[in-house]
Amino acid sequence: MVAAQAPRVLVLRGLGFNCEEESAAAWQLAGAQAVVVHAGDWLCGKVRLDGFELLHFPGGFSYGDDLGSGQVFANRIRLGKLDDGTAVLDTLRAFLGRGGRILGICNGFQILVRAGLVPNLGGGFDQQAALGANLCGHFVDRWVRCRTAGKSLDMLGDRVLDLPVRHGEGRLVFGSADVAAACVAKGLIGLHYVDGDGAAAHAEPANPNGAELAAAGLWSEDGQVFGLMPHPEAYLTFVNHPNWGRRHRSGLDTDAATQTGLAFFRAWVAQCTGGA
Amino acid sequence: MALHPSAHFVAVFVRPGQRDVAGERVRAEAGHLGLHTGNVRVGRIYAVDLPGSAAGLTRAAPLVLADAVLETVAVDALPAHSGAFVLTARLPGVTDDEGRTAQWALQLAWDDRRLGDGQQRVFAQRLVLCERPLADDELRQLAAALGNPLVDRLAWGRGAPEAILAPAFVDQAPAPQQTVDLNRDDAGLVTLSKQRTWHLDAAELRAIRDHFTLVAADRVGRGMPAAPTDCEIEVFAQTWSEHCKHKEFNATITFRHNGQVRTVRSLFKTFIRGATETIRAKYAAIGQDWMVTVFSDNAGLVELDADHYFALKVETHNSPSALDPVGGAMTGVLGNNRDAFGTGKGGARLLFNTDVLCFGTPDYAKPLLRGQLHPLRVARGVVDGVEQAGNKSGVPTVNGAVLFDDRFAGKPLVYCGTGALLPKRYANGRSEHKDIRPGDRIVVIGGRVGRDGIHGATFSSGALDDQVSGSVVQIGSPFVQKLASDLLTEACLAGLVAGCTDNGAGGLSSSVGELAQGPGGAWLQLDRVPLKYAGLQPWEILLSESQERMTLAVRPADVPALLALAARRSVEATDIGAFDDSGRLVVRHGATTLADLDLGFLHEGVPTRHMEAVWDDRPALPNPAISLDTGAMLLRLLASANICSREAVVRLFDHEVKGKTVVKPLMGPTGLAPQDAAVVRAGFDGWHGLAVASGICPKFGDLDPYAMAAGAFDEAVRSLVSVGARLPVPGEAPSWSGCDNFCVPNSAFDPVANPDGRQKLGKLVRMCEALYDCAVFFDVPMTSGKDSMKNDFVSEGHKISVPPTVLFTLVARLPDVRRAVTSEWKAAGDVVYQVGATYDELGGAEWSRLCCGSENALRGGPADALRGAVPQVRLADARRVYEKVMAAHAAGWLASSHDLSDGGLAVALAECAIGSGFGAQIDVCQLTNDASLPAVLFGESHSRLVVSVAPEHTAAFEAVFGADAVRLGVVTQSAQLTVQCGAERLCALTVADLSAAWRTPLW
Repeated sequence: MVAAQAPRVLVLRGLGFNCEEESAAAWQLAGAQAVVVHAGDWLCGKVRLDGFELLHFPGGFSYGDDLGSGQVFANRIRLGKLDDGTAVLDTLRAFLGRGGRILGICNGFQILVRAGLVPNLGGGFDQQAALGANLCGHFVDRWVRCRTAGKSLDMLGDRVLDLPVRHGEGRLVFGSADVAAACVAKGLIGLHYVDGDGAAAHAEPANPNGAELAAAGLWSEDGQVFGLMPHPEAYLTFVNHPNWGRRHRSGLDTDAATQTGLAFFRAWVAQCTGGA
Repeated sequence: MALHPSAHFVAVFVRPGQRDVAGERVRAEAGHLGLHTGNVRVGRIYAVDLPGSAAGLTRAAPLVLADAVLETVAVDALPAHSGAFVLTARLPGVTDDEGRTAQWALQLAWDDRRLGDGQQRVFAQRLVLCERPLADDELRQLAAALGNPLVDRLAWGRGAPEAILAPAFVDQAPAPQQTVDLNRDDAGLVTLSKQRTWHLDAAELRAIRDHFTLVAADRVGRGMPAAPTDCEIEVFAQTWSEHCKHKEFNATITFRHNGQVRTVRSLFKTFIRGATETIRAKYAAIGQDWMVTVFSDNAGLVELDADHYFALKVETHNSPSALDPVGGAMTGVLGNNRDAFGTGKGGARLLFNTDVLCFGTPDYAKPLLRGQLHPLRVARGVVDGVEQAGNKSGVPTVNGAVLFDDRFAGKPLVYCGTGALLPKRYANGRSEHKDIRPGDRIVVIGGRVGRDGIHGATFSSGALDDQVSGSVVQIGSPFVQKLASDLLTEACLAGLVAGCTDNGAGGLSSSVGELAQGPGGAWLQLDRVPLKYAGLQPWEILLSESQERMTLAVRPADVPALLALAARRSVEATDIGAFDDSGRLVVRHGATTLADLDLGFLHEGVPTRHMEAVWDDRPALPNPAISLDTGAMLLRLLASANICSREAVVRLFDHEVKGKTVVKPLMGPTGLAPQDAAVVRAGFDGWHGLAVASGICPKFGDLDPYAMAAGAFDEAVRSLVSVGARLPVPGEAPSWSGCDNFCVPNSAFDPVANPDGRQKLGKLVRMCEALYDCAVFFDVPMTSGKDSMKNDFVSEGHKISVPPTVLFTLVARLPDVRRAVTSEWKAAGDVVYQVGATYDELGGAEWSRLCCGSENALRGGPADALRGAVPQVRLADARRVYEKVMAAHAAGWLASSHDLSDGGLAVALAECAIGSGFGAQIDVCQLTNDASLPAVLFGESHSRLVVSVAPEHTAAFEAVFGADAVRLGVVTQSAQLTVQCGAERLCALTVADLSAAWRTPLW
């Protein structure tokens, strides 16, 4: 789906999400039009995806993450019905069928994985991967270095980006060796945790959770859905970076979009509008 | 509430071949206790108490309760197991979010109607299976580490548990209403008050008795008994609790200071509100009053920008955190956030949290008293609670502190702070004041009411002892609160809310009682209040402090819209009564009137207390005479509990959700550099924002409580000035907001129980005087505050009392957050200066505690071994220095700025090096003209910063600062910190060594 004008993004809020404000700001700054909608209104069909090019699942603790991160929200996608009886999953099928794109960050990624939206090999919406507890055993908030890979290279080029992670369950686990191999072969691992040299990091501290294949983000096979654990929406200006003071002094402080997490959102908007 | 075998249960375990991270964690923690568990598996168990066929459950559970890739699910079956087990479950009636979520999740795949009838029927439990068959005493030890008997049911044994139990709730008819006979002598009244945990004293009970005698005929005319009902006395006990009425802060105090006697009529009115009113009048006279609501609402409200007010509130949650550290801290964070939500008409959005935590030392070695948890257990639990509550609330925790002193081993201090943005305009008009009118409905939103948190307000108004009922402890539900606060924000924007307040201490009796003061009366019908389970007595419904509830005033015409919105947002909302102008608070259950009270007397009738206070200033003892190995001492200080890196705590708290955090707790190229103040943007459409900092230094209070409180104030001020805030100046449209939080031991004199009460109160008076003097001098007002007056732990004939402590939390508006300056050095070749003067003040300093105390002092031990002069705040000097720093910030000369506090100059320099990776070549010779070398290096004189300046700005910088800045040396590419005094080299340490010492594990 190529939008002639600014693409419209539906950003979910409520039910325990808590990153809707900065997510909406990210899309706006990137040139999209963000509409923040209560997730309950989407799940019951009061708000529909018609007229939107993008659906954004933000970070947070949906339903308190009581049964595991994103579990209950994923249940509602897999099993829930709108008030008119339409399956929620069918509305997503239709959305993707007309070229819609879906992004999930942190809790949003956890939901996408558990609902079978990524990697979705074969298109059957089966859960084929999982996000397990960080190997350190607890929540962690710190910045890590990431590098684009696979399908992301088309959108963003080969790019190294510092981003914050803020999660307790971010260890990407593939459901089987076959799934992992397919994800690698098809370029679905779109973001790696990397070390100082830009090489994939398989152990702490550069890999903050012990993710398999150093995977920080995962595409769906059809390339329309992407989820990632790091938070590009928390890096919308150079002063979000923990070392901005030194970088400022060294003249590296520009707010050029290529330097911050905004690059990520700009690339998505460019795709939607048919630009490169 | 009894237990019985659950009809069914679901067991979820990690799939074989996958990492059981929770099990690995239990195994490691057991290892720290010396327990060898072998391999550990942790299972999630859900007791599903729905008699009947398990077929539906068997079909639904794998679909909704577990991860298809990582976990396995079984119904009514546990894994074959021959080792040992520990099972933990919430005690009946204690909040069990996970169980409720599981019940809710099951509804998606199982159409059993009982799941949706509002009663909890699914209960979460944890089953820990240890490979080795541990002995009974080992299992008891492990169970004690995994749960807390005050809130958890613990079971253990070999093999697997024989049965999975579920609570049974039995409905009870309300007990017949009783009246209370207050016609007793004082001793009889006090005994009665103790028996019923009212915490009212004889004078207060006499006042109630006299009031009821006066209104006896009127009461009979209203169909009430002449004597107060038990429910009515409970309402007085809550409303007049120290927690709610601050009787000691409002007492008339006869104060003998150095032999001179003076009378203080209310510490609060004289020194706290008095200071703020003085400042307000000064700025109002030139049309620059930035204070919108001070001391009269749940949080202080000041001007921020064209569209927003800024709300600030800090509270403590000490007693609950001593008993149940996780739940106590959670309710602390959530409860304080509710204060922000309940300010003005309501619905403010959270901007940040702060957390200042005071614990006993992690290696506390004294025998534990009955009811006392080990400080390390308390510390870990509190941090866990803050993590859960703060992170799930979606609010960044941006600033805080962790302090250790063994006098916090009985009661920890858990200060929870909240900054929030309140939109100025709602659809129904301006937001800053509640606009409640007679006829408005009382609507409660949020969680249901249970027996948790009965008597919390009165309980926190007394000393903590070993006779505690579990019902005083609450477990918060961040998720339920998030739903409720999201709804409140939306409803307020839509103009559906006339005013609101939170349900905290005292429950409905306090929240409705407070809101009723506006319109002049209220009535409520308790049988309309939704309950978590059957069996609550009416007075329990009235008093329950069950969390996550807000009480709203809603125009009758808006009630349908509000209830409809709430239903759409999955929040329970109930109309339970109405406001009126009857002058009364009337409480009914069914046809029975439980209370019918004169609102005026309820709020104004509490008698003024008369108290005595004494303080004699103490001459400073000479400095300790210690020979000094600077390098060794610096490494010891960096590794000491009160100075070492807080990274292990900081990184558990989400400090950048919302994407607005610009100066985080830890910064720099490797994320190690500790910062003085946090800076957050207000929004994404401008660059203005807020800087927030905390000042707290109880260690100075033993020697000089005035200097201690002034020091806390100065620490907060200098931290804000360091990061780039400008002190209030007439003509610059300032916006500063301060919050004072006192935590002191019982300061009411009693010849037996508290023989030094007068001295303790004397310290408190001196602390208040200091805050007044500082606030008025700097034009920095306090807009809200709180006092916690009974921080003693009494057990087995021993009393552990906290040192008198004041936390001063300060927030200032910054016009452009991109001009903030962080602490770490930025470039080799920059010149390092100390700004502000050092005096021979080693009293109470960390260095003195290390040198003069026992080894225990390394971990923040007792202060009685302290010697030397306590640092004084010299206000005029401080202001002059700060104004120069403000000028340097404005000119952009400062590459870095770090305040000097714990550990003095040497530690500050080390932190600048650790945080940046650069070294420095430092000469302190010039500073020794005014103070001894130990004081120069390690003294903690106030109002000082260490700054770095790029070479091209040094001439201009030195011209402005003159003698107020001393050039110490230069930042070097070589990662070594070299400190000399003239030709004498005092130390030369690599940054790697400094860093290794500083990163000593906190616990």
